[in-house]
Amino acid sequence: MRFTLSQEQLDFAASIDACLTDTGPKGLAELGVPALLVPERFDGLGAEPIDLVVAFDQLGYHAVPGPWVDTVAVLPALLDDEILAGVAAGETLASIVYRPHVPYALDADNAEAKLFVDGDDLRTFTAGRLLSSVDKARRLFEAEPGEVIGKAADAARAFELGALATTAQLLGLGRWLLDNSVAYAKQRKQYGREIGQYQAIKHLLADVVTRLELAKPLLYAAALSLRPRDVSAAKVAVADAAYSAARTGLQVHGAIGYTAEHPLGARLTKARALITAWGTQGFHRTRVLESL
Amino acid sequence: MDLDLDAATIAFRDEARDWLRSNLPDRRLASFDTAEGFAEHREWEARLADARWSVVSWPSEFGGRDASLLEWVLFEEEYYAAGAPLRVNQNGIFMLAPTLFSHGTEEQQRRILPKMARSEEVWAQAWSEPEAGSDIAALRSTATRTEGGWLLNGQKTWSSRAAFADHAFGLFRSDPASTRHKGLTYFMADLRADGVTVRPIPQLDGEPGFAEIFFDDVFVSDVDVIGAVGEGWKVAMTTANNERGLSLRSPGRFLAAADRLVDEWSRHGRPREFADRVADAWIGARAYQLYTFGTVTRLAEGGQLGPESSVNKLFWSHLDVALHETALDLLGPESEVDDWSGGWLFSLAGPIYGGTDQIQRTTVAERLLGLPRGDR
Repeated sequence: MRFTLSQEQLDFAASIDACLTDTGPKGLAELGVPALLVPERFDGLGAEPIDLVVAFDQLGYHAVPGPWVDTVAVLPALLDDEILAGVAAGETLASIVYRPHVPYALDADNAEAKLFVDGDDLRTFTAGRLLSSVDKARRLFEAEPGEVIGKAADAARAFELGALATTAQLLGLGRWLLDNSVAYAKQRKQYGREIGQYQAIKHLLADVVTRLELAKPLLYAAALSLRPRDVSAAKVAVADAAYSAARTGLQVHGAIGYTAEHPLGARLTKARALITAWGTQGFHRTRVLESL
Repeated sequence: MDLDLDAATIAFRDEARDWLRSNLPDRRLASFDTAEGFAEHREWEARLADARWSVVSWPSEFGGRDASLLEWVLFEEEYYAAGAPLRVNQNGIFMLAPTLFSHGTEEQQRRILPKMARSEEVWAQAWSEPEAGSDIAALRSTATRTEGGWLLNGQKTWSSRAAFADHAFGLFRSDPASTRHKGLTYFMADLRADGVTVRPIPQLDGEPGFAEIFFDDVFVSDVDVIGAVGEGWKVAMTTANNERGLSLRSPGRFLAAADRLVDEWSRHGRPREFADRVADAWIGARAYQLYTFGTVTRLAEGGQLGPESSVNKLFWSHLDVALHETALDLLGPESEVDDWSGGWLFSLAGPIYGGTDQIQRTTVAERLLGLPRGDR
C-alpha cells in the first residue's frame, strides 16, 4: 500500500497550476490534460483516473470554464472512435447529456461532439434555448434527443468518470476558497487587528480544512477503484466540504465576497452548480447505502 | 498510489482475525470501571499477551510483534470488527509506551514495558489538574528535590482508570521559579506509595471511570523521571500527539460502529428518514480509515505527526458523537435501555479529553493554516 500521490503526480499538478496561473487554459493541451483518458492508439496518454483527479482538482482550483468533464473525463469512455484523436490534440470539445443527472448540455454551441446518453444507446441532440445557470460561467442549453448513432462503449463507466471529475473540481474549488479565506483573514483588519486573530474566524476555518482533508482520501480511493460506492462516498463528502468552504469563505470575506467584482462569488456559485451535477447528494447517498 | 496489501500483510491480518475469532471471551466483560470488570479485563489482556496480540507494534523483546504501522491499523480493524473488549491499559499502551520508546532509558523500558504488555501493571494518566484542563502549562503540582529522588505534592484530576490502576504518569513543576511550559518534569509514580490518596469520581454512567489523585510528599526515585529534568513539556508532546492522532482512536473503532449502525438501520426496515445520517456516518468512518492510510504512508516515508493530529481528533470526535446520536434516534424509545446509550455517553467525552475541540481548532488554525496567534 502506498496511499499518497506520487512525485510525478505532484509535479503534474504543479505544472497545471503554473500554466493556469500564467497563461490560462490555452496551455493545457500541451500538458496533455485533454489527452489523459484517450487511448494511445488515438494519440492519447491512456492515463489512470487518479491522474484525471489530479488535473481536475487544478481546473477546479482555477475555476476554468468549459465542458472539460464532458470532453476529457466522459467522452473517452463513451466512444472508441477517431474523434478522440481530436480530443487528445485539444481541438475537439464534447457536450454530453446524461439524464436524469445531467439534463442540460454545457457549451453545446461550441461542441463538435454532441451526445445524448440513453441507456446503452448514444444519440445526437439538437441544442435549444440557452438557460441561465446559477454559475454565470456555465452556459447550459436545452437538448432535444435525435437519432441513435450507436452503442456507448461503457455508459456506466462514463458516468462514474463524470462524477469523479466533478468531485475533483469541487475539491479544487474548496481548496481555493479555503486558501483565499485564510489569506484574507491574515490581512483584513477590524477593531485594530487582523480578523484571523479572532477565535471565531479561526474555528470556522479549522472546520473547513478538517472537512476538506478528510474528504480528499475518499476521492483518491474512488479514482483507484471507480466502484459506484466509492465514487458516491467521495462526491457526498467532497461536495459537503466544498460547500462549507464556500459558505465560510463568504462569511470571512463579508460584503466584499458578495460582489460580482470579487472572485469569491464565482467559486461559490460554481460549487453550488457542481454539487447537483453528475448525481445529487441524495442520489449518491442512496447509492452508498444500497451497496452496504 | 494504491491500497493493495502484500501477501505478508494479508497473512498477518488473517492470523489476527482467526485468533480473535477463536479466542474472544464467550460473554461480554463487565465494565472495566468496576472492580470485577477490571479484573476480567486484566485476564483478557494476559490472554492477548500470551498470543502476542496485546502490543503488536512493539519490538518482540517487550512482547510485541514488530508490526508495522499499517499492520497495527489492520489489527485494530480486526479487533474492533470482532467486538473484542476495550483495552483497560490503553493509557499505558498508547500514551506512556510511545513516550518511553522515544525518551525512556533502557532500564525504564525493560522494567516497565513487559508488565504493561500483560497488564500486570495498569497505568493511569495524571495530566489534568483542577485549574488546568487542556492548559497543561498551568500545572501547579510540584516536585521537590530530595535525597535520591523527588517529593511529589499536589492534586491531579479526571484521571481515567485511576480508581483501579497501579501506576500513574504525569507532569510536575520541578522548578518553583518557572512559569508556563518551562520547568516541568515527566514522572512515573506508584499509586500504592505512601502519601498517595486516590478518590474515585463516578462518571455519567455512574461507574468510577475517573479519579482524583492527591500527592502528599510522595517519594519517587530518579529512575522514574522520563527524559531530562525540566524538559517534561517536550516529552509530553510526544504523548499528546499520540493521543490526538493515530494511536488512541484507530479507524477500526468507527468502522465497526458504522457497520453496526447500518445493520441496525436495516433491522428497522431501512427507514428513509434516517438514510442521510446513516450514509454520512458510514462515509465518515470510511473517510477516517482512508485518511489514516494516508498518514501511515506519510509516516512510513519518514514524515512526522504534526498539527494534522488535531485535524484527526476534530474529525473523529464529531464522527463518534454523530454516529451514536443517529443510532439512538433510530432506535427510538428502545435506545434508552440499549447498549448504544453507553457508547453515546462515551462518545460525548471525545470532544473534551486529549485537548478540547476548541483547543484543537485553534491549533489547526494557527499551526496548519498559519493564522496569527491572538487571545485564547
